[in-house]
Amino acid sequence: MDVLFFNKKIMKVGLFIPCYINQLYPQVGIATLQVLERLNIEVVYPSKQTCCGQPMANSGYENESVGTCNNFINNFKGFDYIVTPSGSCAYHVKNHYNIIDQTVDVINVRNNVYELCDFIVNILKVKNLKAHFPYKVGIHKSCHGLRGLRLGSCSEIVGESFSSIEDVLNEVENIQLMPLTRKDECCGFGGTFAVAEEAISVKMGKDRIQDHLNNGVEVITGTDTSCLMHLEGLINRNKQPIKVLHVAEILNNIIK
Amino acid sequence: MSHSKAATLFNENEAKVNWHDKALWFVRHKRDLSAHAVKGWESLRQLGSQIKAHTLSNLDNYLIQFEENALKNGIQVHWAADGDEHNRIVHSILKASNVKKVVKSKSMLTEECHLNPFLEADGIEVIDTDLGEYIVQLAKEPPSHIVLPAIHKTKEEVDELFQKNIGTKPSGGDPQYLTNEARKHLREKFIQADVAITGVNFAVAETGEFVVCTNEGNADMGAHLAPIHIACMGVEKLIPKQEHLSVFLRLLARSATGQPITTYSSHFKRPRKEQKMHIVLVDNGRSVQLGRPDFRASLQCIRCGACMNTCPIYRRSGGHSYNATIPGPIGSILSPGKDLKKHSSLPFASTLCGSCSDVCPVKIDIHKQLYKWRQIITKEVPQPIVKKISMKMMGNTFSKPNHFKKVGKIARWSLRHIPKSIINSKPNIWGKERDLPDGPKESFDDWYKKRKKDEQ
Repeated sequence: MDVLFFNKKIMKVGLFIPCYINQLYPQVGIATLQVLERLNIEVVYPSKQTCCGQPMANSGYENESVGTCNNFINNFKGFDYIVTPSGSCAYHVKNHYNIIDQTVDVINVRNNVYELCDFIVNILKVKNLKAHFPYKVGIHKSCHGLRGLRLGSCSEIVGESFSSIEDVLNEVENIQLMPLTRKDECCGFGGTFAVAEEAISVKMGKDRIQDHLNNGVEVITGTDTSCLMHLEGLINRNKQPIKVLHVAEILNNIIK
Repeated sequence: MSHSKAATLFNENEAKVNWHDKALWFVRHKRDLSAHAVKGWESLRQLGSQIKAHTLSNLDNYLIQFEENALKNGIQVHWAADGDEHNRIVHSILKASNVKKVVKSKSMLTEECHLNPFLEADGIEVIDTDLGEYIVQLAKEPPSHIVLPAIHKTKEEVDELFQKNIGTKPSGGDPQYLTNEARKHLREKFIQADVAITGVNFAVAETGEFVVCTNEGNADMGAHLAPIHIACMGVEKLIPKQEHLSVFLRLLARSATGQPITTYSSHFKRPRKEQKMHIVLVDNGRSVQLGRPDFRASLQCIRCGACMNTCPIYRRSGGHSYNATIPGPIGSILSPGKDLKKHSSLPFASTLCGSCSDVCPVKIDIHKQLYKWRQIITKEVPQPIVKKISMKMMGNTFSKPNHFKKVGKIARWSLRHIPKSIINSKPNIWGKERDLPDGPKESFDDWYKKRKKDEQ
C-alpha cells in the first residue's frame, strides 16, 4: 500500500452539492460522488447542507446570506477537505465568507474547500481516472474557477500555461479536446445577472455556443453546472446539435 | 435609463453587436500578442500598481512637489475642487486673452467636467482634434470609449456624418479618404486656434513636467502652434519620478491597443518663448474616493481602456449604455463614487468574470470593487421590492435545510408538470430565450438517502 493510498483512506472528505445541482442536476452530484469513491476516498455528504450563499451575496445582499453561510460551516466543519463540483461555489466560500465571525471552523472550511478537478489533480495528485469518452469536447472555463481560484492559466495573464480540468480530461481515453477561438470568455450566466441583464446574458451565451459549434465540438463540458445550465437552456431552445455535460459526468464514464 | 435597458436596446441590432464585439475583441487580442511578447510583463504590472499605490498614499506631498517644480519651470498652476471650478478657470484664462477659438486634444477630464458646452455657451469655438473625438463631436455624442471614442460608429456611418457636416463626397466609407478630409479640415483649425487644450497622461512630481500620449500628434500640433497651452489633469495622474515613465509608457499603449508605444509621447516641461502654459489640477471627487479604502485603488487607473476591450458586457452593450463619462468596468467602479443613485445599475452590469482585473496594467481589483459596490447600493439606493423580498426569501430558505428540501421538491414538481408554455412565459425572464431544465423526480439528496437505506 503506497503512502498516497494510505493518506486517502484517512482523509475525511465532505461533499458539497450546490443547491441547483442537488435539485436540478442530481446526476452531476452522483457522478462526483462516484468519481471520488472510485479513488478510494471516504466521502461524507452532510445531509443538512443547502447552498453556499452566493446567489444573495452576488446580488448585493450579503447580509441575507449570513444564515446560509453559517449553515454551510455547521455542515462542513471538521472535514479535512470539502470537495464540490463547482469552482464558483468554492470561490465564494474561500473569498466571501469574511462576513461571518472568523472562528477556527470558518477559517478551516475556507482553507479546505476545493473544486473537484483541483482536488483530484493538486491534492490527490491523480490525473488518469480510467475514463473513456469518444467525443469531440470543448471546455468551458468558468470564470470563478479560472480567474478566481486560478484553476488554470487565463489568456490575460502572461505566464506558464496550466489547467486542472485539462489535466484530467487529457487522460480520458479517446477524447478529443477541441481548441476554441476564444478560450476563456465568460458565458454570461453570472447568477442573477442572467435575468437582470437578460439581453446581454443571452447574447454572451449564444456567442459561446457558436464558438464551440464553429470548432466542431460535440459536447461542452466544464467545472460549473450553473454556466452549463445557461448554455444548455439556449441550446435546447434553439435546438442546436451540441450536448452539455459536467466534467464529473465525463470522468465517471469509466472503461468497463 | 438603467444599463440593462440601454443594453437591451443596443442588442436589437444583433449584426451591429457582433461587429462591435469583434472590433473590440480584435484590440484585446492585439493587446495579448503584445503583452505576451514582453518578458517580465507581470512584474511591470506589479511595479506599475505599486508606484501608483505609493503615489496615492502620498498624494498631498507629491502634488505640492509637482506644483513647486512646475512653477519653477514657468508653468502657471491652478487648483480646481470640482468640474465647475475647472471650467471657470479655463474660461477665465481664455477671457483674459479674449480667445475665440480653441483646439483640444483628447482629454477625458474635460469630458468629465463638460468643458465644451460651458465654453460654447460663451461663443467660444472648441474643436476636438483627435479623429475619434472629432467624429463624436460632429455627431453631438459623448465618446463611447476612452481610447477609441467613436468605436461605436461604422465607417459608413462616419461617411454620412462627414458628408452632412464637412461636405465630403460619398465614398462608401473609405477610411483613407475620410481621414484625409478630416485632416484638411482640422489643419485649418490648428492654424487659427488661439489656445490649445490638452489632457495629461502622466505628471512627474520631481521635474514638474507632464506627458501627453497620442497616436495622431494632434496634441503637439495644437500646443506647438497656439500661444497658450492649457493642460487639464485629474490629481491622480501624478507619478513621483521621471524614471517611472519607463514602467507606465511600456504598459499604457500595449494595454490600450497592443502597440509597443504610442506614436507620440510628448513631454511638456516649460513654455516656449512668448508662449503661456497652464496646468489645471482637478479633484472633482477624487479625494473622496481616495478616502474610501475599498475603492481607492480605482484611482490607479491610467486610462488605457483594456478593461473595456476585454469586458464581454461592454463589447455587447456599447459604451453609451453606461451613461457615464468613463464607461465599462473601470467606469462602473468610479461612477458610483460620484453619484451613487444615478449609477446604481453599473456595478450590476457585470458577471464578475474578473477579466478586467487580470487585463488591468496596474492591477486594479475591478471585479472585487464591483462586488463591494453592490453591497453598498442595495443598502443605500431603493431597490425593486420584488428583488428585496426574493433575496430575503432565498436567504431564509437556504438557512433552513428542511425548508430548502420542501421548496426544492415543489420546484422540481412544477418543472415536470406545468406546461413549458406557461413556465417559460412572463414573468420568467430566464425563459424568454432559454429553457429551464426538466425537473428530476429525485434530488441528489433523495438519491443519497435511498442509497444509504439500501446499504443498510
